[in-house]
Amino acid sequence: MTDQSLIRARGLVKRFGDFTAVDGIDLDVARGEAFGFLGPNGAGKSSTMRMIGCVSTPTAGELSILGLDPVKDGTRIRSRLGVCPQLDNLDPDLTVRENLTTYARYFGISRAAAKQRALELLEFVQLADRAESKVEPLSGGMKRRLTIARAMVNEPELVLLDEPTTGLDPQARHLLWERLFRLKQQGVTLVLTTHYMDEAEQLCDRLVVMDAGKIVAEGSPRALIETYSTREVVELRFGESPLEGFRDKLVGIGERTDVLPDRVLLYADDGDAAVNEVHRRELAPSGVLVRRSTLEDVFLHLTGRTLVD
Amino acid sequence: MAHPMMATLERELTLYRRLWQASVFSSFLLPLLFVLSIGVGVGSYVDANGGLGGVDYLSYIAPGVVITTAFQIGIGESTFPVLGGFKWTRSYQAMRSAPVEPWHMVGGHLLYLMFRGVIATIAFLIIVGSFGAMHSWWAPATIPVAALVTVSVAGPVTALAASIVDDSYFSLLFRFGVIPATLFSGVFFPVDQLPEVVRPLAYASPLWHGVVLSREATLGWPTPWPTWVHVAYLIVWTAIGVALANWRFRKRLED
Amino acid sequence: MVTTLVASAVTRPGVAPVRVGAVVNRNMGALRSGASYWLVLISGFFEPVFYLLSIGIGVGALVGDITLVDGQVLPYATFVAPAMLATSAMNGAMAETTFNFFFKFKYAKTYDAVLSTPVRPIEIALGELVWAMMRGSVYTAVFLGVMVVMKLTTIGWALAAFPATMLVGFAFGAVGMIFTTLMRGWQDFDLMATAQFALFLFSATFAPIQNYPVVFQWIIQLTPLYHAVEMVRDLTTGHPDWGTAVHALYLVVMMAVGLYFTGRRLERMLLK
Repeated sequence: MTDQSLIRARGLVKRFGDFTAVDGIDLDVARGEAFGFLGPNGAGKSSTMRMIGCVSTPTAGELSILGLDPVKDGTRIRSRLGVCPQLDNLDPDLTVRENLTTYARYFGISRAAAKQRALELLEFVQLADRAESKVEPLSGGMKRRLTIARAMVNEPELVLLDEPTTGLDPQARHLLWERLFRLKQQGVTLVLTTHYMDEAEQLCDRLVVMDAGKIVAEGSPRALIETYSTREVVELRFGESPLEGFRDKLVGIGERTDVLPDRVLLYADDGDAAVNEVHRRELAPSGVLVRRSTLEDVFLHLTGRTLVD
Repeated sequence: MAHPMMATLERELTLYRRLWQASVFSSFLLPLLFVLSIGVGVGSYVDANGGLGGVDYLSYIAPGVVITTAFQIGIGESTFPVLGGFKWTRSYQAMRSAPVEPWHMVGGHLLYLMFRGVIATIAFLIIVGSFGAMHSWWAPATIPVAALVTVSVAGPVTALAASIVDDSYFSLLFRFGVIPATLFSGVFFPVDQLPEVVRPLAYASPLWHGVVLSREATLGWPTPWPTWVHVAYLIVWTAIGVALANWRFRKRLED
Repeated sequence: MVTTLVASAVTRPGVAPVRVGAVVNRNMGALRSGASYWLVLISGFFEPVFYLLSIGIGVGALVGDITLVDGQVLPYATFVAPAMLATSAMNGAMAETTFNFFFKFKYAKTYDAVLSTPVRPIEIALGELVWAMMRGSVYTAVFLGVMVVMKLTTIGWALAAFPATMLVGFAFGAVGMIFTTLMRGWQDFDLMATAQFALFLFSATFAPIQNYPVVFQWIIQLTPLYHAVEMVRDLTTGHPDWGTAVHALYLVVMMAVGLYFTGRRLERMLLK
């Protein structure tokens, strides 16, 4: 696996003064994979991405990208990467097409080739009809698609996407996911950060969950759910509050209980059996919902419910 | 294969294609109006008193104003545009994700400003030349002098712009740097008229060195110090400025 | 007619001085919050003084004395100083009511929040203008002090010139606000700055306008800074006459028209 790894990290650390943003992580991303970093704000996802993008120097540990050392060969690595940053940094004074051609020139692509490439990419991200427009009037989704097109201008082997769909409306997100899926089919390796669970489930073959600079779990979305949650979750609502008193009454049902202000979650492999048991104990919930476990359950279990911001 | 520095220069030129009409005002029309107002209005009085060093007042200030224009382009275009590239448009961060090194960005920026300085100088020389203010065949030598003055001040100001977050420093730079330099560097009256204590400030200003060099070119006046000293002084400013800018760009883009 | 205009602009559905004061107060609060803002504010005073020293003293040594149309002979610095003063009053008022006003109104959305209170658009405008004048008057007073020390005017005439510079500020500030409501974007500020600079160069600032061709003189006499410069100069040199009153009247009309249209434009733009 290591020989094939596009990204390999061992004990990777990033510190800003006293603050440790990334606290000794190990990573292996294989060619052709779609790999995700999942975690709350401030977990260290973006710092890791910036080190992989060779714009931030690791404080300690080993890191190799495309088999090269990012400190020594940053320029060579960057010429083979595509980067879609969290904050759009498109050039507002240039047109949509010029944004692509100008960027292509930074990679030493000839003017003619840049022009050709821009046409293809605008077609790919469905912006061909806006080619001569300025950037500013574009919608958030269009800007993001343009940024992704820009990241593709050098035909990169590896594309880094930092929260690609944050702030977009559902239509724009789905369009973007579909385009990213096509890239993956073309064999491009995708590395993305997100705090949307549906996005991670949609796009990632494999992901790591980060919290406070550390990797707290790793695997495919399915495997993570199997490891850190049960197959099903029962959501129970009662007509009274507080609900804390139900904790004892529910002991022994399912593997784990989570008492929230408005409902109680029961984690169980067989949801219906758990519901039967609740009724048998005559607890009379006012609302019952049995659903499959999601990555969100895993995420909240691993990173806690306290707001991090 | 295009060098990344040339690619950053190309980007600036693409932008300039769109903005040049606006810059006609600031880098060309304003200095021209200035020369007309001071040169003709004030000049008529100075000339009635016998002019200055054997030439009319317009001829005296024209080489000064042309260098001042280059000086102000070098500074003005290195303030908000550079800060904005980090802070608002984040175009430097975008370049950094591509294989563009900080020194490519600094280099492209300075080459672009040299281009701007040269264009403004050529246009200006033609206009004031038609007013009869050029007295020597060496007048075109003003062009490289203007280019050198532009980069000599653009370097340190670019470094400043890459170091700050709050743009109020620029107001201070203009009020305590650019304006006094413009007013007291021998553009409008000889530096000898300044009180002896403040004269060293004028000698320290790159503008003064550019002005005396450009008077040598357009009027054939000998420079106060040997020509090479003035040129070397501007080159030192350029070298230090480029090094500082390069260092600040690297720092700003690192984390 | 002038008074009617002012009155209608100011009194249309009840302008309350208290609310105008609240807008001024907000700006003072914003001022106190930044140390660098203070430094920038103080630095604004040096600009006209630098010009005075360079052009008035430096170039003045080359020019000698200036003879005005009415036969007065003035040292060049005495001639130039009032022009610097009037120009700085114009620039100060314009900066506050155009650049800063535009920023607050378009980007910082300062007024959106203010307008959800009972404060009316014209009260915002007046508040901004009063604020601009408060700032401007400090610069003016200091500059007049410098002129007295340099013997370019007397204390008595400096006191007489002070309200005149306030009028200059109000007139340009009021018109500046109309421009702001018409601005399409930052690029329009370049045009405005160019126009201001052209006024600065040719409004009898550096040389009497008699040096220019007659047609040119007529055009200059139509522009506002010329009247501002001449009015202030008549006072600081101690030679006011009927012409001074005409200059003042021009500026009063300009201020009234400015306020009237600003009020109407703002009403339309902010209370859609």
